[in-house]
Amino acid sequence: MAAPDPAVPLEEQIDEWRSFVRRRQAIHSVDVAELEDHLREQVAVLGDAGLATDEAFLVAVKRMGELDALSREFAQEHSDRLWKQLVASPSGSGELHAGSRRDAVVAFSFAAAAAVAVKVPVLFGLQLDEDGEFYARNLSLFVLPLLTGYFAWRRRLDARTLGWLAAAFVAAAVFANVYPFESQGSTEALTALHLPIALWLVVGIAYAGGRWRRVEGRMDFIRFSGELFIYYVLIALGGGVLTAFMVVLFESIGIDAESFIQSWLLPCGAAGAVLVASWLVEAKQSVIENMAPVLTRLFTPLFTAVLVTFLGALLWTGRGVDFERDLLIQFNLLLVVVLGLLLYSLSARDPRAAPDAFDVMQVVLVVGALLADAVALWAIGTRISEFGFSPNRTAAIGANVILLVNLAWSAALYLRFLRGRGSITSLERWQTQYLHVYALWAAIVVIVFPPAFGYS
Amino acid sequence: MEINKDLIAASSTPIVLAILAEEDNYGYAILQRVREVSGGRMEWTDGMLYPVLHRLERLGHVEARWEVASTGRRRKYYGLTAQGRAHLAAERRQWQAVDATLRGIWRATPLPQGA
Repeated sequence: MAAPDPAVPLEEQIDEWRSFVRRRQAIHSVDVAELEDHLREQVAVLGDAGLATDEAFLVAVKRMGELDALSREFAQEHSDRLWKQLVASPSGSGELHAGSRRDAVVAFSFAAAAAVAVKVPVLFGLQLDEDGEFYARNLSLFVLPLLTGYFAWRRRLDARTLGWLAAAFVAAAVFANVYPFESQGSTEALTALHLPIALWLVVGIAYAGGRWRRVEGRMDFIRFSGELFIYYVLIALGGGVLTAFMVVLFESIGIDAESFIQSWLLPCGAAGAVLVASWLVEAKQSVIENMAPVLTRLFTPLFTAVLVTFLGALLWTGRGVDFERDLLIQFNLLLVVVLGLLLYSLSARDPRAAPDAFDVMQVVLVVGALLADAVALWAIGTRISEFGFSPNRTAAIGANVILLVNLAWSAALYLRFLRGRGSITSLERWQTQYLHVYALWAAIVVIVFPPAFGYS
Repeated sequence: MEINKDLIAASSTPIVLAILAEEDNYGYAILQRVREVSGGRMEWTDGMLYPVLHRLERLGHVEARWEVASTGRRRKYYGLTAQGRAHLAAERRQWQAVDATLRGIWRATPLPQGA
């Protein structure tokens, strides 16, 4: 830390020192208090011996020892602290503890509400197994309003914002349910798929809580989304183990638990888990390293290698891409994955750091994905007249173009950054503003497609 | 004279326990006592005492409690437990055995001059 300025009073120096020590995760605040008592006594004793306060402070800090070594000693003694205990972390002041406790209670109440919401339509005679289409269209409406409500509570949103968010959900409910969809039609499936994407933006606005207009606010929401996905998958895996045991245990005493699992545990659990996972991400964000950037680091090189090899093989063998029905959707997924890799390495990147080899790899990855997608688009484009514009194909091409534009411009911005002509923040700004485009496109698919394609 | 790190680490447990056997005490005063008794020869980095105290607390040799000192600040006091007392007695016997061994050897070989 900086040498103390003699004009700065002792209390401020100690404050600075305390905040410095607190940053070490192995040293808990109760230990900091103990060390601070030591420091103060040392300063007082040295002061009595005739040292000026600032000198006494310097000597006392020096005697305390190198902070790195000290925190290493603490870490060795309290190695458990490096494994952050989340759900029942006893650290921190009592006030903080009460706060996180209340937060947990509220989060679980919202989760319970989501679980109940899934079963409410049953009261009106809509069964999950018989009216699957109704549930598919309205899936996001059971969960996302409650998630939005949870963040509205957390961020203390004002009434005006709340009104807009509520209006968005009402509009979504109307569009999901008033159209006379043909049974088994693809426009209905498209609505079920795109409505959550459009509404995810509404969740984001509540999540950002007034910071949505700022790049950082939207970037935080991107980080949140990635972590939420990972936590959700983990919870789902745990839920799978639980249900497997349930089936086996009850089977052994001759009770069939499967219908209970299918009509209660699975739907209610899946809905509630979204809120529980969101709460976990929120509670854990300052405590643990985010997982999405870690996975990104692992998989970016692998995806880059696969794409480069694919393009190389394509050139080498001169084979055309076989056009299959689902090819475009698969390439959309590929672009989404590449976009995710780009986004989450961006989200963890220090914007001030100079470009390094990993950045070059990112660009290779993005350009590789663009080329691969161009090949696929070309293969489809040559035969589109033959297949015609069905709702599914139009939606897939639209999504592909949107992703393509995003990645192309990202590649351009990234290249500019690599050549030292731009900053990484312009890429961040581009990505976070582009969030609106996805939501807008999803809204178009939900609102315009069904009437445009005759609800088929 | 500098005492090597391993020796400092090995002796910290009996020294801290022995000081706490005199009376319950807090970190700063324990270090003062170490300096006083060793005549300044045992130089501990101040902060390093606390992980040692926490380890002894975890092992059940000492118990900690927060008190308000005369200065009005909250201060963490440590005191020996019955188990700590027993451990200190065992350590004491071990160190005495080491000490007696070294003395026995060094009685025959006087310290070379200037070393």
